[in-house]
Amino acid sequence: MSEAVDIRLTVNGEAVARRVPARQNLVDFLREELGLTGTRAGCEHGVCGACTVRVDGAAVRACLVFAAQLDGARVETIEGLSESGEIVDLQAAFHARNALQCGFCTAGILVAAAELLRDMPRPSRADIRDHLSGNYCRCTGYHAIVDAVETVARQRGAAGNTP
Amino acid sequence: MRARALDDVFAALAAEGEEAKILAGGQSLVPALNMRLLEPRLLIDINGVPGLGAIAEHDGGLRIGALARHAELGRSPLVARLAPLIRQAIPHIAHPAIRNRGTFGGSLAQADPAAELPACAVALDALIHVASVRGERRVAAHAFFKGLYETALAPGEIITAIDIPKPAPGTRTAFLELARRRGDYAMIGLAATARIEDGAMRAPRLVFFGVGVKPVEAMAAAGALDGGALRDRIAAAREALGEDLDPPGDLQADSATKLHLARVLLARGVHALAAGAA
Repeated sequence: MSEAVDIRLTVNGEAVARRVPARQNLVDFLREELGLTGTRAGCEHGVCGACTVRVDGAAVRACLVFAAQLDGARVETIEGLSESGEIVDLQAAFHARNALQCGFCTAGILVAAAELLRDMPRPSRADIRDHLSGNYCRCTGYHAIVDAVETVARQRGAAGNTP
Repeated sequence: MRARALDDVFAALAAEGEEAKILAGGQSLVPALNMRLLEPRLLIDINGVPGLGAIAEHDGGLRIGALARHAELGRSPLVARLAPLIRQAIPHIAHPAIRNRGTFGGSLAQADPAAELPACAVALDALIHVASVRGERRVAAHAFFKGLYETALAPGEIITAIDIPKPAPGTRTAFLELARRRGDYAMIGLAATARIEDGAMRAPRLVFFGVGVKPVEAMAAAGALDGGALRDRIAAAREALGEDLDPPGDLQADSATKLHLARVLLARGVHALAAGAA
């Protein structure tokens, strides 16, 4: 468990090559090795969702994956999703609806919400709550978050830019 | 270590023995590592072993690779057609980001008494393929689960695939679970299958989870339902369930509450089977 492993992967579109301790979780790799501190380490056992990032297109818990497992993987974090503009509407809706206060959970919730809207263009409020059930927010009481996601689902539907 | 073939896994298991742990989806193992509940000397990452994640039709039923992710099972048209019980169970397993990583084989090997897929495997008469350097053997699901987190896996063995037999014509399935919060492990749950013929239930299988150290098949309750006009038999089956289950109380509910909830799920399950499409 103490050995080092060489990995090559892309993080937010950039090629990264590092030697990592076999024991290092992805969230610690992102934060400490790459300085990508938008991803938060919360409960560190997969319950709170604060560390949710995208690996090879799927939302995963960065606290439950080891960096050493990600040789060849494509990792996207909140920094990459922000820069690409992919979730600019979600971010604007969160801002407009006050769907965050301290912001600790927000990056993970945006990654999860982006996946929901990709897979289910017209989610009901129940669908949104269900999909975000693995992301804790201790500030907002969730109502504003559901509002924001629902707003974006409607906007995207009206704009016709969903499949 | 990153295994590239099953032989790598066998060699590492032989070398490290109980000090090695197999890393599949990691959604139960890594939390245990993070909390320092486990300190294995070696993790054997099997995610790079080719062919372990396939979902394919086999003998009219399904062969599911041990590394098939929960999310893949939930999306698979083959699973929807040939093992709808599994499709019904998937949304109850934790949360979407966990389902994107967690695996079928991992869930069975972990054998959490409140987990969904072990109960499905028993209800569907799954056959679990187990491999080691000594060769391969197949274990029926009902014999696979031995106790609390305890399975028929011997040292050096790994689950490679799960066969789900072809469903008998007219088979219906129902999956019900009670949890305090969405995505939590079940307080109690039921995986059920039956055939409905001329308004009567035939060969019902009722497998409860969260009621003991492993999935529990309710034989007496199933016997009370078998062959009867559906709604007439529910009361008898609820009564008989007391012979099948003696759920230990836990932090969530005491034993009497759990038995009561099991009876509630039984009745709901029978109605769901009666109403559900084949």
